[in-house]
Order: sequence, then C-alpha cells, then structure tokens
Amino acid sequence: MTVPISWYLLLSAFLFACGVTGFLIKRNVITLFMSIELMLNGVNLSFIAFATRLHALDGHIFVFFVMVVAAAEAAVGLAIIISVYRTRETLNVDRVNLLKL
Amino acid sequence: MTNLFQPWLVPILPLLGALVNGLFGKRFSKAAVAAIALTATAASFLVACVQAAILLQSGHPALEQFYGTWIKAGDFSVNFGIYLDHLSLIMMLVVTGVGFLIHVYSVAYMEHEGGYYRFFTYLNFFMFFMLTLVLANNYLLMFVGWEGVGLASYLLIGFFFLKDSAANAGKKAFLTNRVGDFGFLIALFLLIQRFGTLHYGTLFVVQDSALSRMPIETSAGILTAIGLLMLVGACGKSAQIPLYVWLPDAMEGPTPVSALIHAATMVTAGVYMVCRSNAIFSRAPIALLAVAIIGTLTSFFAATIGITQTDIKRVLAYSTVSQLGYMFMAAGVAAYSASVFHLMTHAFFKALLFLGAGSVIHGIGGEQDMRKMGGLRKYMPWTFWTMLIATLAISGIPPFAGFFSKDEILWQAFSSPHGSKIFWALGAITAFMTSFYMFRLIFLTFFGEYRGAQPEVHAEHGYDDHGHGTPHESPWLMLGPLVLLGVLSVVGGWVGIGNRFEHFLDPVIQKVSTEQATAQNGEAVTTPVSEGEGAASESKVLENILMGVSVLIAFAGLALAWFLYIKRPELPAQIATSLGGLYRLVLNKYWIDELYKAAIIGPLVAFSRVVLWQTIDQKVIDGSVNESAVAARDVSQIIRQQQSGLVRSYAGWIAAGAALVVAYMVWMGTR
Repeated sequence: MTVPISWYLLLSAFLFACGVTGFLIKRNVITLFMSIELMLNGVNLSFIAFATRLHALDGHIFVFFVMVVAAAEAAVGLAIIISVYRTRETLNVDRVNLLKL
Repeated sequence: MTNLFQPWLVPILPLLGALVNGLFGKRFSKAAVAAIALTATAASFLVACVQAAILLQSGHPALEQFYGTWIKAGDFSVNFGIYLDHLSLIMMLVVTGVGFLIHVYSVAYMEHEGGYYRFFTYLNFFMFFMLTLVLANNYLLMFVGWEGVGLASYLLIGFFFLKDSAANAGKKAFLTNRVGDFGFLIALFLLIQRFGTLHYGTLFVVQDSALSRMPIETSAGILTAIGLLMLVGACGKSAQIPLYVWLPDAMEGPTPVSALIHAATMVTAGVYMVCRSNAIFSRAPIALLAVAIIGTLTSFFAATIGITQTDIKRVLAYSTVSQLGYMFMAAGVAAYSASVFHLMTHAFFKALLFLGAGSVIHGIGGEQDMRKMGGLRKYMPWTFWTMLIATLAISGIPPFAGFFSKDEILWQAFSSPHGSKIFWALGAITAFMTSFYMFRLIFLTFFGEYRGAQPEVHAEHGYDDHGHGTPHESPWLMLGPLVLLGVLSVVGGWVGIGNRFEHFLDPVIQKVSTEQATAQNGEAVTTPVSEGEGAASESKVLENILMGVSVLIAFAGLALAWFLYIKRPELPAQIATSLGGLYRLVLNKYWIDELYKAAIIGPLVAFSRVVLWQTIDQKVIDGSVNESAVAARDVSQIIRQQQSGLVRSYAGWIAAGAALVVAYMVWMGTR
C-alpha cells in the first residue's frame, strides 16, 4: 500500500504556509532565513512526491538544484547578516530599512 | 585689364577685409589689422573709380551684371546682380571714397582703444553692406544691405559695450530702425503683389513696363501706399520725424563711426531709396507731398534743437538730421538730383565736421562739452581751418560746396511744380539756424579762452591715458583726411554750376509728370509754349534773387552767432533765462524722447511685463510645465509609500500577489 500523493502535497503545503507565516510575522533575520529554508523544503517535498509518482528523474534533479541554491544562499545570506549586525548592531529587519526613497 | 576690375569686387573686397580681420585679427598686430582694412577699402575705391570710368565712357545709362539666381518661386525670381547707373555711381564713390578717408583717420583715432581689430572688422563689414545696398539690382538685395548696415550701425554704436549708455543707444538705434524696416518690407510685398518683380530694370527701365503704364494717382492708390510705406522705411534709416530719435543717441559710438555711418553714408540710404524709386513717387503725388512735409518739418525742428545743445557731437547729430530733412524736402518736390547733390556735398562736409570734432575731442582728452572748450584755434590750427571750411560749406556760404546744393534745394522747393513757398520759407529759416548753430559751435570751440579743466578730465571716457596737460593737435594720420575732405568741401559743389549735376542724373530720373499729365488729361498743360522764353529769363532773375537771399541768410546767421558768442558772450545765458519755458522745451528736445517713453515704450514694456511675461510666459507656459511636474510628483508621492524599505512588507505584498494568482488559477480551474 502506498501513501496517497495528496498527503505529501498537504504536508508540503503546510510546510510552505509555515514558512510564509514565519517570514511575515517574525522580525529576527535568522528566523526569516529559517522560514525561507522551510518554504524551499516544502517545495522540494512536492517535487519529490511527483517525481516518485510519475517515475521521472526531472523532479529529483530539480531538488538537487534547489538544495545547491539554498546552500549558496545560506552562505551569502549569513555573510550579509554578519555584516549587517556589525554595522547596525541589530538583527531586527524593521530597523534595517534604509533602502527606500 | 578691365577683367581685373570686376564690379562685384567693390562690395566683396571690404567683406574679405572684414572676414580676415574678424577671424584672425586678434592675433595680428595693430599695424597689420589697419593695413588689411585700409587695403580692402582702398582697393574697393580703386575698382569703383575704374567702374565709374567704364560707365561714363560707355555712354550707356546703366550697366548691369548678373551673378546667378538667388530666389526662384514660380514666376517670381530674384537675382544676385549689380546695377550701376549714375545714381549708384555717385553713392558708390562717396561710400568708398569718404569711407576710405575715415578708415585712415580711424587708424590714428582708435590707436589707444581696446578692440582695435573688432573696430576695423565692423567698419569693413559696414562698407560691404552699404555697397550692397547701393549697387544691388533689385529691392530685395537692397534690403539685405539695408538690414546689414543697420546691424553694423548697432555694433558700432555699442562699440564701447561696457558703457551702459552706449549699449542702450545701440539697442535704440536697432529697434527704431526695425519700425522703419517694417514699412519697407510691406512696400516690397506690395510691389511683388502688384508687379511681380523687385528688379529695377523690369520696374523702371524697360519700355512700357507695368509701372510706366500706371497713371498718376491723384487720389490714394497702390502706388501711394507703396510710396508711403517706403517713406516709413526711409524715415527709420535716414532719421526723419518721427523716427529720428536714434541718431542723436548714436553719438555714443566712436567719432569716426559717427562720421562714416551716422553722417556721411548710412543715413543717406533713405534718400537714396526715395531717389531710386522716383518713378513710383512721381506717380504718387500724395506720397511725394508726405516726403516733402516730413523733410521740411524734420529739417526745421532738428535745427532748433541743434541751437541749444552743448555737446559738440550732438550739435552735429541734430545738424545731420536737419540736413537729411533738406534732402527729403528736395526729393519731396521731385528735385531728386538736388537731393542727391546735397547728399554728396553733405557727405564731404559732415564727415569733415565729425572728424574735426573727433580731432578736438582727441586733442583735449575726451571732453565733448563745448562749454569746456574754447580758444582751441591756437592749439590745433589744422583742425580749426578745416572745420571752418566745413562750417562755411554747411552754412551755404559761396563758393563752398554746401552753398550750391542747398541753394538748389531751396530754389527747387520754391519753383518746382510740387513745391511751395511754405517749404521755401521754412527751408530758409532752417538755413539761418544752421548757419547760426554751426558758427556757435566754431566760436565756442575755437575762439575765446580755453575753459577746460587741465588734468584728467578724460578718465571716464575711456580714451587714451597718456597725460593731457594742454590741448594738442592731432597726428598727421588724422589731419590728412581732414585736409582732403576740406578740399572736397570747397570744390565738391562746383560740379553743380550751370545745372551740370542735374543733367548728370537725367538718365536715372524719369520725367513722368508732364508727359503723363498731358497724356492723361488731354487738356492743355498750364504753361503755354509761347511764354516759355520770357518765363525762363524771369525765373532766372527770381533764382538769382533767391540765391542772394539765401547767402544773406547764411551771413545773418554767422553775424548773430558772432554777436552772441564773441561780442557779448554773456547774452546767450540771459536770452535763455528770459525765454524760460520755450528754451527748456527746445533744450530738452521737445520732450520727444520722454513722450515716446510715456506713449509707446512705457505701455509696450508694461504690456510685455504684465501680459506677455507675467501672464503668458510665467503663468501659462511655465505654469503648465510646472503643474504637470507637480501632478506627477503628487501621484508618485502616493505610490512611493509602497517602497518602505521594510523587507517584511515587501514579502507581504509578494505573498498577497502569489495568493491572488493561486486563487485565480483555482477559480479558473473550477469552471
């Protein structure tokens, strides 16, 4: 017996919604970062689910790409966070709002 | 040999001089600049002389050369071309000859001024346009020269452009001339509309031309309109009432410029134009009468102003206006040859007077007020004697040049079928005043004791800065032209003895009036043939009587000036006080400048400021631009609130957008 695909999709949607919510309501940059990872993994899950179900490799390959991009993003993002913390002495995104007209 | 002396060289040589000096003159030495300018003018004069000889030997009434088409539009075409007849011949020789002498004079006069090369560039530039004006073979090319001399005049009046008054005088001259040019242009349009050409030959010379078939207009018609509009143009250029106001102010320019442009040549352009158009004016008696009236009034009123002025150059300026009035008076009684004759003699003696005045101003360090001169006779004898000759000439004392031309004008004003005794009477009174104010100038300047302050009076005038302790005679480079012009002022009038000059211009002047009158009316002409001989000798007696009267008048003016300024020098001030209001009226030039300011310039400036500037320019044009910018800014102000700089707000918008897309797709999917 196999797990129906809708379960995977529901779990994936739940993870993505958690990420979005976290991104919108949290102020700490690192928490935001983790929310992004959550969203990425939610998407990855639906890729995997479909790939397994359809016996296609495309989905697997996409997931690897997403993981590579996420890793790169984490590296760059953490560097930015450190840099921001050094200059602004805060991790609160609402106080990092100079980039506006 | 003659191939070398092409007529087009006459105007082109000064243009070349102007181009070379204008483009590279800054790097040349003063001597080089002067050499270029003088060579160009002298060569031009030489070519002009050769051309004159060719024309006179050929026996043709006119020589014409075409150099290609300028404008072609349907049937209407304008050529580049030179038209040389006896009228333009005289003008050409006067312009190049007097112009050359004044160039020579300027070499010394402008020695200590800045902008030496600029000055000679402008002078040559002026010569080019003036020669274009007089040598053109059609009205449009004449108009090019007409505008060009206006520009050169503007540049030279404002030559000392750092001086506010000079810059303003330049503007005034330019704007006043614009008013006249407006009339001239419309006259040209009317000519095109009626005759379809502006070419002199087609208009005037060709047998049975459209113009020659036109009858004399006893009531106002198209020719009267053309004539009156041309008169407006001529009034502007030749400083006649009501557009004369610019000429006295033009004295802000360097003195050689006053001599060349504002006395001898450019201001005579209007007279030249009227004489050139004699075929039109002779068919439009109303326009002709207007010319005569304007000329007479101008000569009279300008002479009265000349009596009261104390600035030596201003006296001469008003004298110029007055003499130009004489020329218009002569042209207005259809005595075109007398007009041109006076133009020529006037060019000699007025150029001489201005150059002499320049020599005086130069010699005493920039002072122009005659009340601060006096006794200069012993300091500058050459200037004195040459100026005395010119004064005798302008006063109409025989045998000097002015006598012949002025007497001819007065006689024509009296006897011509278009003339009137009123013209003659006003002209004679003007002759008296002319003699009076000119000798007043001579007595105030050269007789009595030197009244000038000794040191540093010249500082504000921007003239040379080598110390002027006492008045001194000018260098020979300046006196040479004075002497030559002095000789011309004596002998220049002799060509008019025995009406030789009148016959010289016969080919140019169309005798329309009598033939046409008989042809038109068919009735008898008023003078029966049998009486002709008796009338001729009678009129000869009358002419001699009038000649005697005008000589007497001239001497009377001299005597009065001598009495008032030598014998009883305290009298003029007393007379001035006793006349009170009248004296102040004349001293202030009849308040004409103030009147123009209040009646024309003031309202014009106010209208321009309030309506054109503050309403149309600032409110409508600037306003519409500014308002659209403000509107764009206000809208942007609302939209830019979205760019808060807050990452989470952006994320919220993205999420909302994504949600919308998903909702849309879901909704589409369920349908």
